[in-house]
Amino acid sequence: MKIFNGRSLARWRYEPRLRSGKFKNPTDDPIWLKLLLSAMALGFIAVVLLLPLLLVFREAFANGVSAFWAAITEPDSLAAVWLSLTAAAIAVPLNTVFGIAAAWSIAKFDFWGKTFLVTLIDLPFSVSPVVSGLIYVLVFGAQGWFGRDLVEHNVHILFALPGIVLATVFVTFPFVARELIPLMVDQGRDEEEAAATLGASGLGTFLRVTLPNIKWGLLYGILLCNARALGEFGAVSVVSGHIRGQTNTMPLHVELLYNNYDYVGAFSVAALLAMLGLITLALKSLLEWRYADELAAAHRH
Amino acid sequence: MSLTVDSVSKKFGRFPALNGASFVAPQGGFISLVGPSGSGKTTLLRILGGLEFADAGSVRFADLNWLDMPARTRNAGFVFQQYALFRHMTVADNIAFGLKVRPRRTRPAKADIQQRVKELLDLVQLPGLEERYPSQLSGGQRQRVALARALAIEPRMLLLDEPFGALDAKVRKELRADLRRIHDHAGVTTVFVTHDQEEAFAVADLVAVMKDGRIEQYGAPSDVRRNPRTAFVSEFLAA
Repeated sequence: MKIFNGRSLARWRYEPRLRSGKFKNPTDDPIWLKLLLSAMALGFIAVVLLLPLLLVFREAFANGVSAFWAAITEPDSLAAVWLSLTAAAIAVPLNTVFGIAAAWSIAKFDFWGKTFLVTLIDLPFSVSPVVSGLIYVLVFGAQGWFGRDLVEHNVHILFALPGIVLATVFVTFPFVARELIPLMVDQGRDEEEAAATLGASGLGTFLRVTLPNIKWGLLYGILLCNARALGEFGAVSVVSGHIRGQTNTMPLHVELLYNNYDYVGAFSVAALLAMLGLITLALKSLLEWRYADELAAAHRH
Repeated sequence: MSLTVDSVSKKFGRFPALNGASFVAPQGGFISLVGPSGSGKTTLLRILGGLEFADAGSVRFADLNWLDMPARTRNAGFVFQQYALFRHMTVADNIAFGLKVRPRRTRPAKADIQQRVKELLDLVQLPGLEERYPSQLSGGQRQRVALARALAIEPRMLLLDEPFGALDAKVRKELRADLRRIHDHAGVTTVFVTHDQEEAFAVADLVAVMKDGRIEQYGAPSDVRRNPRTAFVSEFLAA
């Protein structure tokens, strides 16, 4: 009530000024300051975000489209593209399942050690990817814990696809879970409880009630996870062994070409990687737009 | 076939929510659990619905050991204060949910489900709203849909947790009268939780006034009003 009175009083005091034409919106700033701040923001975006992206494409097409095409269809490049896509195709579904399971248990149940689990999910965000790569070397390397057993059974994890997938899974683990936990916590347990009292089984409740409620958030998380899985450099670099045409993912291949002074090659693969990223971004924006509607509807409920 | 609640207790951590609550209600009765917040009425209702587990005590209903059954086999319709409608489903799908999730051999045919939804919408006086989504309904309409959804499974027991708590006084009164009419029509044993003593006494056959996890007094509204057994009950009635 007091606040309301204060407001109405303030309004009453503003009115004479309004009439004399000197009224100024309290949240408004002078025109020169607005222009200066906008110019700074736009300039920063142009230099830091847009320019590098444009330069990547310019360098890629420096010797024409045919050179770009030749660089990305060269066997080693194709192998790198294929390897990156394979690693992502394995890592993303795994993390989708793990992420849903983690978010579901954290949001819908109370158990001992829940906060610890949440911290654990954030671990890959806080640990440097290089360190997480090194952990896998320690565990699976020739001198590592399981190294000898793995050699005896002729199982290759390091410097092979399994190692790359493991490193990718580790680094991209939080994306789906982090996206879903706040959403599912916000939605609460009421609908699941209602479903149980109406006779639905646990799985039935999940498929009919929980999953449809999180579908847009889930898709969004999967896209972010996929973008990172394709782009991961540090952790994969440590476990891959950089064998050309075999264990070189796209980001690693870019580095390798660049270090060999093959700039057109490096930027062509980089441009392809950037394009995959841009497609993901476009899909993400599209979803955000869709998802915003859905979230608003959910909140109105 | 009556409902017998015998010294049910429940603790959340170290906080005792229920301290040996007991009452007996006849089949088809309309019982109100009423009391201030923190008196354990919602906890008792959730235990009856299978959404919470009792630490001690027993409940017998229709010759069943009620507390040993999981929520999904109790066939008890539950109505929540915040409606808990499935937000991504239409009104018709919400109401039909309990029928659609049945195993194939007991699931009614599609046309029968559709017919049932129509009858239930008529019963709760929302005819023709099948294709709406919950977000397109008013609070009172949502609670009517939630009631229809709970009735769709032909429940053995109807449990309502402050169902009108989020609604304005006029809608509350309308819904209260409708609830009583629907109860008399369906003849289902109903347990109704509210903190509003006027509402509790107006609608129920039997009232249980709760305090600190116990039932302070239990009886017909007129008896409780005439002879409040403790100072707490008379103060609560005066409030």
